[in-house]
Amino acid sequence: MKTTKEAIWKILEFVYDPEVPVLSILDLGIVRDVKLNKDEVEVIITPTYTGCPAMDMISMDIKMKLLENGFKNLKITSVLSPAWTTDWMTEEGKRKLKEYGISAPNKKFEIATDGIECPLCNSTNTKLKSEFGSTACKAYTNAGIAKNLLIILNATN
Amino acid sequence: MGIIMENRLTNFILSIADTTLILAQRNAEWCGHGPILEQDIAITNISLDLLGQSRNFYQYAAQIIGNNATEDSLAYLRTEREFKNLLLVEQPNGDWGQTILRQYLFSQYQYLLFEQLQNNADEQLAAICTKALKEIKYHVRWSSEWVVRLGDGTAESKERMLNAIDELWSYTGEMFIPAEYEKEMGIDFNALQNNWSAKVKALFTEATLSVPENIYMQSGGKQGIHTEHLGLILTELQYVQRAYPNSQW
Repeated sequence: MKTTKEAIWKILEFVYDPEVPVLSILDLGIVRDVKLNKDEVEVIITPTYTGCPAMDMISMDIKMKLLENGFKNLKITSVLSPAWTTDWMTEEGKRKLKEYGISAPNKKFEIATDGIECPLCNSTNTKLKSEFGSTACKAYTNAGIAKNLLIILNATN
Repeated sequence: MGIIMENRLTNFILSIADTTLILAQRNAEWCGHGPILEQDIAITNISLDLLGQSRNFYQYAAQIIGNNATEDSLAYLRTEREFKNLLLVEQPNGDWGQTILRQYLFSQYQYLLFEQLQNNADEQLAAICTKALKEIKYHVRWSSEWVVRLGDGTAESKERMLNAIDELWSYTGEMFIPAEYEKEMGIDFNALQNNWSAKVKALFTEATLSVPENIYMQSGGKQGIHTEHLGLILTELQYVQRAYPNSQW
């Protein structure tokens, strides 16, 4: 069977983010490229933020998933530039994130702030409660109407 | 790249790597000890950001050095005199006020420095700094809010901030004195100092604090001459690799 890039991309759809397991790494936009170098498969990824402890796990998961599918010669390369932004998340990814109860980031907000839409009640009458959350990529906001504590993915972090 | 320029670049990258690593280690000491849960989480998140940044710098330095150097060998197997971190970041945490003030003084400096470096001719250095700036923006905002909250807070919180300024101020001067290896890195140290001073002054005014004047400034960190605190930090940080060489987990 001849390996195609499309086949590799297809497999990567089944590698999930360890922190937010409803999202695949493709939904998150952290896979930048796939290269076929002779018989080696190279997957190029970029971290969402520099200290992300999930990156090592994601690299491992990509390797495992490709091994399962019969690929042996694997290389995972991490690149920093251009820096990841939430704009690279797919629309599907943003929808899934919202369904999961995490407010999808909005380009308008450079960093976590008041007024981010609540994923449950869609209110924008919200107040930032804590810019740091259970992982460094999450912040907490208090919704004005629903009084739900909601989580937003930090727009740039 | 010429050998001299390459050495300078390596030393410069190591100095930022060391500074971010040591501050990450200091902030991590708060883990489980923060004044309230949210702030415990905040300071340790910042620690994690700094650790991630230091890993990027060490990885890049290791790549330039070659000779089987790795991020781990650079962090765990260099001695006190080889560390080039700022004296400011190795100072003990003190109380919450002192930790906050150190974070603010450093983050504000780091923000302005990286803002310059994001356009550096060295592409990898620029990429790491561009990535980190997004995180530093959060650190500046968070620590600024705390400086105002404590400075313009109760009589006790204000006194603690005044003590923190006394403790730390003399370590801020070396940020703006270029070491030999920093001289040709394309950094405008005058602009850095002026911008930093203006930002700090504005925030201190809002916090009803004042900027000390005519203080003797300590230096040496960038050249590997440290206060007694660094050795103690490294003893703890490097213990496992020293006791069990090459151990992995």
